[in-house]
Amino acid sequence: MSATDLILHEEEFRKVVGLGERLRHDANARYVALIDRNGQPIASSGELPDVDKTALASLVAGNVAATETLAKMVGEQSFSSLYHEGEKDHLHMSAVGPIGILVVLFDERSSLGLVRLRVRQMTPDLEDVFNEMVERSRSAENPELEEFGAAMAEITDEDIDSLFGDRI
Amino acid sequence: MPFINYAAREITCKLVYYGPGLCGKTTNLQWIYENTQKEAKGKMVTLATEAERTLFFDLLPLSLGTIRGFAARFQLYTVPGQIFYDASRKLILKGADGVAFVADSQAARHEANLESLRNLQQNLAENSIDFQTIPYVLQLNKRDLPTAMPAEEMIAALRTRNEAVFEAVAVNGTGVVETLKSMVKQSLARLRSGTPA
Repeated sequence: MSATDLILHEEEFRKVVGLGERLRHDANARYVALIDRNGQPIASSGELPDVDKTALASLVAGNVAATETLAKMVGEQSFSSLYHEGEKDHLHMSAVGPIGILVVLFDERSSLGLVRLRVRQMTPDLEDVFNEMVERSRSAENPELEEFGAAMAEITDEDIDSLFGDRI
Repeated sequence: MPFINYAAREITCKLVYYGPGLCGKTTNLQWIYENTQKEAKGKMVTLATEAERTLFFDLLPLSLGTIRGFAARFQLYTVPGQIFYDASRKLILKGADGVAFVADSQAARHEANLESLRNLQQNLAENSIDFQTIPYVLQLNKRDLPTAMPAEEMIAALRTRNEAVFEAVAVNGTGVVETLKSMVKQSLARLRSGTPA
């Protein structure tokens, strides 16, 4: 299993959602999301109707990955955060440990300074949950993973064919 | 290893279409997008140049249904084929659960196919992904063109690990679903072992 593989359990999911809610409240933000560096959405807080969250996560991950490569090109280890300023809405993206990215969308009800401060305060707690997630994903004793493996061991070719059905 | 979310009971697999410039990677995704039921597909994201060449990547999220109580979601990505976008290709391969190599059947593109295949192997290695074990499919695209090389010759040159091979004409959908299905089957079959890869 590589360092980027993740298995998200109920307990950690609740913790991450709770932290996201708190950050959104404290930073007065519209939307907060935690994604992994491969572009998988993990948890979010706040509503963003009409926005495809998978596409958002994937574009953020691409943006962060491209920026990190840029950082290395100019001799930096990484750029720890990214900020995009719009007319009404602004996007702040920052690293959470080696595998997570925190995204905060905010408008005129907040400010870059406040968002930066709250993100900095919250990041260690999020990193702790991420570390727990990684530890549990790697742990040999993982009853949920065993249960999942047992269920998946029964997958048949017919199951997979039925996934497609008449959808495509 | 796909991303497993127990809380939402979802499995998400990242599947990447790789190949030389103008081989039809985006065309594969477009055909899938146009022929998938509305509720099963997300928004297709395309980061392309004005000349419609893929600049960074294309993304198509699919939610196909449930398998053993878990919703199966797939994120289909293409890489930019042009040689100078190598950094982007490397980034997109990160965390890939399956790869389809789309080869251009035109004889004039044979060298480009070989170069892109070498580049795939190198970029997978740089992402610590084993080319020999990752779910993998070979698609021979543009079979309808008069300049297409014989399939046997292409297979002899490009088939590297006894992978499934599909002849395709992506513009009209021939071989497109078969290619995707094969990648999906292989990536889900990896879960059968019950332990992460």
